[in-house]
Amino acid sequence: MTHFVLDARQLLCPLPVIRAQNRVAELSPGDTLEVQATDPGALHDIPAWCRVHGHEVLETRQEGHEVIVRLRVVA
Amino acid sequence: MTVFPMSSPPPLAVPPIVNPHQAATVGAPRKAVALISGGLDSMLAARLILDQGIHVEGINFYTGFCVEGHTHAIRHHERAKPKRNNALWTAEQLGIKLHIIDVIEEYKDVVINPKHGYGANLNPCLDCKGFMVRKAREWMEQHGFDFIITGEVLGQRPMSQRRDTMPVVARESGAFDRLLRPLCARLLPETLPEREGWVDRHKLLEFNGRSRKPQMALAEKYGFQEYAQPAGGCCFLTNQQYSHKLADMWATRGSKQYEFDDIMLLKVGRHLRPRPHFKLIVARDDGENNFLDGYRKRFIHLHATSHEGPLALIDGTANDEDIELAARLTARFGKGREAETVILTVTDTAGNSRELKVAPMPANNIPPEWYL
Ligand code: SF4
Repeated sequence: MTHFVLDARQLLCPLPVIRAQNRVAELSPGDTLEVQATDPGALHDIPAWCRVHGHEVLETRQEGHEVIVRLRVVA
Repeated sequence: MTVFPMSSPPPLAVPPIVNPHQAATVGAPRKAVALISGGLDSMLAARLILDQGIHVEGINFYTGFCVEGHTHAIRHHERAKPKRNNALWTAEQLGIKLHIIDVIEEYKDVVINPKHGYGANLNPCLDCKGFMVRKAREWMEQHGFDFIITGEVLGQRPMSQRRDTMPVVARESGAFDRLLRPLCARLLPETLPEREGWVDRHKLLEFNGRSRKPQMALAEKYGFQEYAQPAGGCCFLTNQQYSHKLADMWATRGSKQYEFDDIMLLKVGRHLRPRPHFKLIVARDDGENNFLDGYRKRFIHLHATSHEGPLALIDGTANDEDIELAARLTARFGKGREAETVILTVTDTAGNSRELKVAPMPANNIPPEWYL
């Protein structure tokens, strides 16, 4: 169970989702991933992607121009 | 060694050889990969197949030209209402997984060298469909899926959804009879999933033509609401103004090439070409200003300092006279448009800045053909 960080800043949607998806594919169940993005669309798209794949969204927040989504990989 | 008389078959020491594909899925539902664009048709197609007890997962391709997402995020006034990703939304409504695939690099060849040519604008729809179904076919093979479904409707689109072009997509993608179009399947020859009885052909549809009414009625039956209805097509290449800007870019460069950043920049700002050797990209609002700001170091760029005004990038080569013309145009799109003079800062690609004082160009002095 390891924590990872993915820098998807400056990328426009849907690229942050694609990067998150590809990163999650390399992780193991129980691992957590923090995705950092600047496209506000990521705040909705990454949780939506998690929902359709059954991964758990631990937190979403906005810090100034940055969007942070933390998720846990589910088997 | 035991010798068996030729007349009687040897006992079965090993299980008979069966189609490995079938053996692997005995008891398990068949699996279909659905091309999901985010529009209504692909959503209905997937739903029809889900209803037949098939395991469906969606696939969506990001080419860089998709209307989805980004431009909505770029323009400031649209930021207030966050734009959903329609493909993900569709998948969520259907309760299926969605795999979004970045095909930006591979797609270039489709746009640059379409074997079947372009549609009304720079949309290479037939090659594009063939490409996407081929990618889906590869995905299907890698993931042990059985067939592919799309939301295509016979006669709906002039180029890629005709009776004579639909088989082209099936053939050139290598999907052949593993490509099923549930919305119009009954008007087409039987496919493998129908022949094998994985899906019941009688429960498939015979939608035909440009009318959207049957789709809307079916959406209502399923209780689908708030689905996306993109006008014209799923990508910017069907947009006349966008295609015009892309054609202009290729013509000036003397070759049909592009990078991802090029096609993003074509979506943003006003584009004016006052001289053959340069064009000016002028932000239209704060969102575009921020977006162009991320690119400014690669271009000679200018913005007004005496008045509020947009950031503008010069794409191409520009001498002092050209820069002055660009400055007058940039001033024209800021709050100082009616002022006698506007002061601007011009910065070159090495980062050296200087000030320039110019008279904003009157609107009626800008020839309409400068606008791309
Ligand atoms: S509209 Fe664009 S994405 Fe859709 S088929 Fe045509 S080229 Fe492809």
